[in-house]
Amino acid sequence: MIQADLSVILPEIVLALFAMFALLAAVYTGKDKLGVPLVWATGGLMAVLAIWIATTGQGTNVAFNGMFVDDGFARFAKVTILLSAAAVLVMSQDYMARRDLLRFEYPLLVALAAVGMMMMVSAGDLMALYMGLELQSLALYVVASLRRDSVKSTEAGLKYFVLGALSSGLLLYGASLVYGYAGTTLFSGIIETAQHGHVTLGLLFGLIFLISGLAFKVSAVPFHMWTPDVYEGSPTPVTAFFATAPKMAAMGLFARVMHDAFGLAVADWSQVIALLSLLSMFLGAVAAIGQRDIKRLMAFSSIAHMGYALMGLAAGTQFGVQALLVYMAIYVTMNVGTFAFILMLEKDGKPVTDITALNSYAKREPAKALAMLILLFSLAGVPPMLGFFGKFYVLRAAYDAGLAWLAVAGVIASVIGAFYYLRIVYYMYFGEEGEELESNSSPVLWGFLMASAAVMVLGIVNMFGVEGAAAAAAATLVN
Amino acid sequence: MIGLEHYLTVAATLFVIGIFGLFLNRKNVIILLMSIELMLLAVNINLVAFSSFLGDLVGQVFTLFVLTVAAAEAAIGLAILVCFFRNRGTIAVEDINVMKG
Repeated sequence: MIQADLSVILPEIVLALFAMFALLAAVYTGKDKLGVPLVWATGGLMAVLAIWIATTGQGTNVAFNGMFVDDGFARFAKVTILLSAAAVLVMSQDYMARRDLLRFEYPLLVALAAVGMMMMVSAGDLMALYMGLELQSLALYVVASLRRDSVKSTEAGLKYFVLGALSSGLLLYGASLVYGYAGTTLFSGIIETAQHGHVTLGLLFGLIFLISGLAFKVSAVPFHMWTPDVYEGSPTPVTAFFATAPKMAAMGLFARVMHDAFGLAVADWSQVIALLSLLSMFLGAVAAIGQRDIKRLMAFSSIAHMGYALMGLAAGTQFGVQALLVYMAIYVTMNVGTFAFILMLEKDGKPVTDITALNSYAKREPAKALAMLILLFSLAGVPPMLGFFGKFYVLRAAYDAGLAWLAVAGVIASVIGAFYYLRIVYYMYFGEEGEELESNSSPVLWGFLMASAAVMVLGIVNMFGVEGAAAAAAATLVN
Repeated sequence: MIGLEHYLTVAATLFVIGIFGLFLNRKNVIILLMSIELMLLAVNINLVAFSSFLGDLVGQVFTLFVLTVAAAEAAIGLAILVCFFRNRGTIAVEDINVMKG
């Protein structure tokens, strides 16, 4: 019995054991000298696990009496999480090593956070949800303040911690109400309490608290206020990590809770999520206009993107979940490339985050500027880049589900949002002659930037099969 | 007779006090940590009350998990706070303002 359970969570066990043994080994031997090999080892292990999960995963397996669910949806999310975490780790190695930031704890904390994220997307029970979420969050609080001699980084960690703990509290209060009024913490038990497409009043209260807690984690408006400060204050590689894997995990968890536990009462939550989506899209588009710091700008960009992804969830249909997964996969790929570009910006060995520093960048670095141009167009949703198809997907899902007003609002917000992406393009191509940035071409960063830009162009042929995989994954979540 | 509603009322009151503590407090970050703890303890009261009312042990198991995680969370929060204090020399809430916008 326990054998069967353990075989279902084997990837998580492998990653968790690796993190713990590597931590012990590093403490007793080389300490921070082991930073570089540990980054490559952790990144490699994550990539191997992703391939393992993608190739061997079959059907829906349930472990620990339904507390842990390994289905197509979870596997899709896990592969995205592991690959993006591995990519960001490998990208950060050079940047952090040169700034004496590459402590051996960093890759291991990322690995532990990844274990938490894998738990989140596989949760089949409120307790499993909570444990996964906290494992992820506690590791992330620490990596946010990784640069412990900097005021900004520790302030980012402190803000993230206080607001993250508040959101955990809201989520837990919701979980306790759901447990009380449903009589069980299992999602498969909670879903049976819905009658005639609605839940009881007590459950509804619990549901709203749960949604608020989860909205914090995906940084949806009005629970977004930590995002810009945490993105700005954290070291840039950590920001890149925050913008990719945890967003996918939180979105996966959001979709899982809504469909697995409250899937028979779509009408009760769909309007709430549609509102979150609307506010996020508009705030993300409008508030980014005044930003000069590219990391803050990316924070508002990610808030807006979360709004679009939530639109797929608000649809409440199988196609909506498929659109959500496609959108998140594209979003994560775009952000990996964009942050590879941001990591390359430096002057006198110091990172540069001011967007006016990009003035006439295209004259000095035409290849990199072109790649960034493609990525920015894709982020803005300009056809024919892949980002446009992601937006098209969620808009269609919302329209099909009768949320035409939301789809129209999404188009308007995307037009407003295009302004600040195109302004960066303007600076790069037509800006006045500015001070020269150093051309730091780490081959790894260059490779990720070019690969990501190439995906945005070549992906329009068949999306590299992500579309079919997302459809199969959505089918296992929504029946 | 003290029934389920009484426990839920106490828990809801504590929870709201915790939230207000987080938002109204302008003095000290330690008070924020106490408010967070208060919120989590309110949740525990809820869980144990429901568990006893439903005659179901799961709620009490959940409570143990929450208590354990809350301890880990407080430890990490204090560690970050110590780092912040070393850099900034203060832990007043109004001084956590290097970044805004």
